[in-house]
Amino acid sequence: MTKLKTFSIGGIHPDKYKITTDSPIQDAGLPETVYIPVKQHIGAPAKILVQKGDKVKVGTHIADADGIVSADVFSSVSGEVIKVEAVEGEFGYHEDMITIRVEGDEWEPSIDRSPGIVRDIPYTPEQIVAKIREAGIVGMGGAGYPTPIKTAVPTDKKVDTLILNGIECEPFLTADDRLMVEKAEQIIIGSKIINKVLGIQNAIIAVDENKPRAIAALSKLTKRYVGVNVQACATKYPQGGEKQLITAITGREVPSGKLPADAGCLVQNVGTVYAIYEAVLKNKPLFERIVTVSGDCCKHPGNFLVRVGTPASFLIEKCGGLCDETAQVLFGGPMMGTSAFNINAPVTKLTSGILLLSDAMTHKELGTDCIRCGKCAEVCPIGLQPFLIGRLVRENMFEETRGCHVSDCIECGCCAYTCPARLPLLDFCKLAKSELKRKK
Amino acid sequence: MEDIVVLNILVLGGIALAAAVVLYFVSQKFAVADNPKVAAVEECLPQANCGGCGKAGCHDFANACAQADEAAFAGLYCPVGGSKVMQQIASVLGFAAVEKAPTVSVLRCNGTCENAPAKVCYDGVSSCRIAARISSGQTGCPDGCLRLGDCVKVCKFDALHIDPVTGIPVVDRDKCTSCGACVNICPRHLFEIRPVAADGSQVYVACRNTQKGAVARKNCSAACIACLKCTKINPEVKVENNLSYIPDTVDPREFGEALASACPTGAIIYQRGTASKETPDD
Repeated sequence: MTKLKTFSIGGIHPDKYKITTDSPIQDAGLPETVYIPVKQHIGAPAKILVQKGDKVKVGTHIADADGIVSADVFSSVSGEVIKVEAVEGEFGYHEDMITIRVEGDEWEPSIDRSPGIVRDIPYTPEQIVAKIREAGIVGMGGAGYPTPIKTAVPTDKKVDTLILNGIECEPFLTADDRLMVEKAEQIIIGSKIINKVLGIQNAIIAVDENKPRAIAALSKLTKRYVGVNVQACATKYPQGGEKQLITAITGREVPSGKLPADAGCLVQNVGTVYAIYEAVLKNKPLFERIVTVSGDCCKHPGNFLVRVGTPASFLIEKCGGLCDETAQVLFGGPMMGTSAFNINAPVTKLTSGILLLSDAMTHKELGTDCIRCGKCAEVCPIGLQPFLIGRLVRENMFEETRGCHVSDCIECGCCAYTCPARLPLLDFCKLAKSELKRKK
Repeated sequence: MEDIVVLNILVLGGIALAAAVVLYFVSQKFAVADNPKVAAVEECLPQANCGGCGKAGCHDFANACAQADEAAFAGLYCPVGGSKVMQQIASVLGFAAVEKAPTVSVLRCNGTCENAPAKVCYDGVSSCRIAARISSGQTGCPDGCLRLGDCVKVCKFDALHIDPVTGIPVVDRDKCTSCGACVNICPRHLFEIRPVAADGSQVYVACRNTQKGAVARKNCSAACIACLKCTKINPEVKVENNLSYIPDTVDPREFGEALASACPTGAIIYQRGTASKETPDD
């Protein structure tokens, strides 16, 4: 048996809890009201184009990218704009959102809603990038970096490998898994679209080996599509991290502070690739995504096709509602996700899951003192020394954490997960990163 | 056996003597002329090394004083020692003393457990700066006190304590030296160093929430709702971004009582004359 590929240092093996692997993607349906945030990406918030009282359709352009690092926002429902102001978001802070009351389900006529798969790509690379930009696509793996900038690699850098990130290493989440099973061909066509922009022929779809169904579905098609390879990887967290995946697949290292293009790679999440397919060949902007609703307190877990802006509470109700044991509602996975302050907060382009967890699963005893076991340094996939960073942060010595390369931290949380003294090492690293950014 | 002991004493003693002689001459040769004023100024300073003056510590401040001319000296101030210490330093250096009104730190939030009840349970790390990054806090007020006491931990003078009843920190005005450590650490920027009137009275708006009145009041009954009643009592009071601010120039002895009683939500706090250890609303 050949050894499965994985990244070289660190990593952990949390329990998988992939209880929704076999649940087909269902349509979540339409809520009464949607709240569409104008900032669902890294960069500047989009500029609002609509006013109170405006009628919109599904796919109507409602907010325009402000600058290069920004993304367009589209209406996910048809109806009337009832409010254009700040609404309490996921973290309790007020964010600018466009509130739309749903009336019917009327789509923009330009969107191709036919079920057939389009296989021809009759566009030039420039046209493709423009189409991706006009569809408001951002990295759907969680980072939310605008995709057109990432895809249009600067001419001084040469990308020779396209990697499709089908690694879903967070426990519970199965959104990408189901997408690969059900939309395998569209994803592969999407990779061909990106190939055309990059001017290369190959693509590697990386899938971890605990998704046999996705591997089978994709492998069946690789005979028809030359240049596409499915690469099974060992299951290890955080294999889905961009830099970890590049190391796992190609053996190359992305230098500190540099981009994957510097290592000759481009990594795209499979969800993003599917969105690219829909945008380029079906004229459909990004306004819906797959969300896993799961957790040990979720009565009817499943994978749903959700319109952006749908309140999380709508999905929770659909899955049986909250029960007495529910202690926390998470947006995203249990490793990197955030505990929601407000469950009426909307699903965004980046929400991969909504988890309802019990106290037994989330409760963490308060931290004691560091016992200097070094486990955090052992599991850190970047090779940092979280115990040292934590110590410096506790003494407010933020400038010194720069020397510990805290800005390279990918916030995977392996250190805090593994710490036997239960120190909140991830929180310390995040604080150090934000303090350094503020001072710069 | 005894020979070894004697030999040891002689050898080690000899080395020590030789080293002492060498060190003596080296220290003579490389002696740095120390400004005697620095030591004299340092004598007067409180030696808290808090950094409240903006320098790296008391020695650094003494250095700055010793090197300063009359104009530059006027810009230096030790908030911990106050006017008394500055007068001493001035007499050491032969300058005119700087007169500054005494100041203390005040908490510009009245989001007590009663005024702003907790909506969610926070069981994360007990640090305001970390909690502020995760959510708006237990109360839901995006600008209010998080009640986790980063300011208490950073105060070197034991002047801040979390009140177990109200949940928010209370400034001990007798101990506060206005060093500014709490001002810098608070992620919500709730502390402000404010002058105290001659009789010890103070008046300030204990709120920093810039949301509209109706939204702010959903989370906290003591939020400033920008009703403008305070501006009618003294036109110097400014209301910007749905939030009132009372500048230092408003004399608390004259307007304090009226401002506090005019505020419909209790966001304006009037500290009566003769410094007491507790804020009156407690």
